[in-house]
Amino acid sequence: MSTQQEDSLITTDVSITDTGRTDQPDTTVVEAQNLDVFYGSDQAIDNVSMEIPEHKVTAMIGPSGCGKSTFLRCINRMNDQIDVCRVEGDITFHGKNVYDNDVDPVALRRKIGMVFQKPNPFPKSIYDNVAYGLRVQGREKEVDLDAEVERALRGAALWDEVNDKLDSSGLDLSGGQQQRLCIARAIAPDPEVILMDEPTSALDPIAAAKIEDLIDDLADEYTVIIVTHNMQQAARISDKTAVFLTGGELVEFGETQRIFEDPEHKQVEDYITGKFG
Amino acid sequence: MSTETDQGPGITSGTGAKADQKANRRARRVLFGCAAITVLTTLSIFFVLIDNAASYFFGARITEVLVGGSFEQTITFTEFFTGTRWAPDHSTPAHGILPIAFGTIAITVGAAFVSIPIGTATALYLSEYSSKSVRSKLKPTLEVLAGIPTIVYGYFAISFINPVMLGPIAESLFGISIGRYSMLSGMIVVGIMTIPMVSSISEDAMQAVPDDLRNGAYALGATKFDVSLNVVIPAAVSGIFASYILAVSRAIGETMAVTLAAGFNANITANPFSEIMTMTAYMVSMARGTSAVGTVEYQSLFAVGLVLFLMTLVMNLMNDWFKRRFQEEYR
Amino acid sequence: MSTDTDEGLFGDIDLGWEHTKNKLFLGLIFAASMFGVVMLALLLLDVAHTFYVGLTEFNISLVQFFTVDGSRRPELAGFRGAIIASVMLMLFTAILAFFIGLGTAVYLEEYAPDTRITRLLEANLANLAGVPSIVYGLLALAALVNGIGTGPILIAGSVALALLVMPIIIVSSQEALRAVPDSVRNGSYATGATKWQTIKEVVLPAAMPGILTGTILALARAIGETAPLLMVGALFTNRMPFGPLDRFSGMPTQIYGWAAEPSQHFIHLAGVGIVVLLSILLTMNGVAIYLRNKYETEV
Repeated sequence: MSTQQEDSLITTDVSITDTGRTDQPDTTVVEAQNLDVFYGSDQAIDNVSMEIPEHKVTAMIGPSGCGKSTFLRCINRMNDQIDVCRVEGDITFHGKNVYDNDVDPVALRRKIGMVFQKPNPFPKSIYDNVAYGLRVQGREKEVDLDAEVERALRGAALWDEVNDKLDSSGLDLSGGQQQRLCIARAIAPDPEVILMDEPTSALDPIAAAKIEDLIDDLADEYTVIIVTHNMQQAARISDKTAVFLTGGELVEFGETQRIFEDPEHKQVEDYITGKFG
Repeated sequence: MSTETDQGPGITSGTGAKADQKANRRARRVLFGCAAITVLTTLSIFFVLIDNAASYFFGARITEVLVGGSFEQTITFTEFFTGTRWAPDHSTPAHGILPIAFGTIAITVGAAFVSIPIGTATALYLSEYSSKSVRSKLKPTLEVLAGIPTIVYGYFAISFINPVMLGPIAESLFGISIGRYSMLSGMIVVGIMTIPMVSSISEDAMQAVPDDLRNGAYALGATKFDVSLNVVIPAAVSGIFASYILAVSRAIGETMAVTLAAGFNANITANPFSEIMTMTAYMVSMARGTSAVGTVEYQSLFAVGLVLFLMTLVMNLMNDWFKRRFQEEYR
Repeated sequence: MSTDTDEGLFGDIDLGWEHTKNKLFLGLIFAASMFGVVMLALLLLDVAHTFYVGLTEFNISLVQFFTVDGSRRPELAGFRGAIIASVMLMLFTAILAFFIGLGTAVYLEEYAPDTRITRLLEANLANLAGVPSIVYGLLALAALVNGIGTGPILIAGSVALALLVMPIIIVSSQEALRAVPDSVRNGSYATGATKWQTIKEVVLPAAMPGILTGTILALARAIGETAPLLMVGALFTNRMPFGPLDRFSGMPTQIYGWAAEPSQHFIHLAGVGIVVLLSILLTMNGVAIYLRNKYETEV
């Protein structure tokens, strides 16, 4: 993949952080170029360009209303669900603009999974929740469904807690367990990229810590793009960090360690140190 | 409520406040009286139906027995519930409710075959698929359908559905010459009039399903079809069932449309083009007749009315149960 | 398929059948949604057609229709008595049902404590709303017509209709009262008003448009009801009632009487009667919608 450095804000400063992945070379999987998003007449994303590397955790931080969730929802075209939403510019997945006419959002979402802010298990059994993606994708016959459900639940660090009650409703689990169930549901069909929209904001600190550990493991197999309003979380778990500030502008994007230790922009420094936002 | 507490100087209730509080308590009592009238209505219905039905079975009303009247059972419950001929006003009377119960159940089941699939599909279309502009036209149209008096539906059956829609089919496909009334036209017309009930209540239930669930499924690469059938309908299922039960209950108690569509011939038949009689149609036929008060045929009106009332009561209680379950799930 | 374009990026996903399935399903449920619309159109066309044929081929005169009462001879029959009876029925139904219904709604929304009795009242109300209309007719027949011996008079019909629409009035009034924000109530309490003063001076005026809308819609339902009137004996007369204690036949019962006749002339009289009935219903609904819209733009 060509990376078109000249248009991006990426700094290629490589340094080692404790995620242990940062030293690996970047291969771009998702890329935005001059992306604008409008809700009716309001602009939610303003001319954003960035390259998101494969098998790493990329965090997006910024004050609420800064457009970070909107950006996330462009990647798998969940914004299509909103009538007034209009997208201009390019957002590519493996070099292909996902908003091209010949891209089917249904197919796209089978490659790019998503976990939402509020746990949203279906009112079905734990098993059926995890198997749902494989079923709607018509793959339940090709795979050993029981094995896939177990793999996904283990991947989401939930297997040991629920293996004896797979038939009980997903709604009976605690909030943190529900969110891990949603992660299991997202990874069961084995997507390439997992989008996470503030996945821990509705959880207590202990449940949130479990999810954070999980995200670290997930990055071995998947590309994780996470929106968070919690700067410490971004610093702990991500390899790269993008800082959005109000108006939907991407102010700075780079290695997490550098962003937090030596930001280029005064606004970013103010935001990180809590003077702004 | 408790504005008249006795704490602090100068704010204990003075005379003015006292009078106002008295007016308040009086208003409360009067309003409670209004509410009590609704309970009184239910009790009156029970009492009137049971009292008069007793006269049908035992020859004397409960009230008459209480003031010393004598009674003996004239119509056995066995005959009433298992007899297959219904003709209380005939010169050789028969008191088996089965034929008219069959009529009611046949119409109800037939109508459900029309209203449930069409109503559910309409609700799904309105809730998940339709654009705002289509929705803003379709919904009021269905409301109009719901607001048309049942007598007009009966007229539609007798002047259009039976002679124009069904007549030629019966004639050409089955060689049956259709009469003025037919069971099938009753089923269709009651089905049509209960579609708005199924569609509006089911749609409310579907709209109450949180978007989080839809998004969760879309994010897994589900299509609208998957989301509609595998997420929205299962999540809304108790609300949808409540709408079915309401439609069924309505069909059981439906009177004018079935009377004009299906007729007055009490018989158990599998031929959809033949004339039948529902329990409500029997009640109308009695109202058209001139039976004297206190005769067995007059009292039979109440026995049938009691059975009808109990059938719809069971449906209403079931509806209530489903509705409450749905509210527990999403609120 | 469109998805296997870009160097097989999505080439491993074949959505051909998925999309066909989606299109077929959409077609199916759209067709089902149109069924009700088509039936409504057919019904209205059928009524309009009978109306037209009635005026042209059966020479039904609209002037005579509105100025003459019913008759056993179709060429002499009119609708005046039935219209007057229905208007009177509606008037007395409104008086009987409105105050009791509104009172119940106010009690349930504003006063009722959350006790078992209140829940019983609510459950009873839900059940009453589902009682078949003909049963209300039976109640009036047994309790009034033959019970206290009033005979088949108009007020007995009004009582049956009032009991029938009471749950509708109560539920819509409850909704209107619930729509009044608590801040309005608190504002009144803060000035030292009692609960009843608050309701009387602030809550009811604010909720009144909604309550009236619901009441008009309930009365529209009542005016089209046939079965309860048949039960109280509204079929045996066709002249104009002179008061609430007179015998009567309303518009729907007159239409039923005509529609049940074998003569085509009577059937077409019924068609003309239905046009009148539907026009009145349309007007009432129009007024209700006007009230609702006016109220909504104000808030």
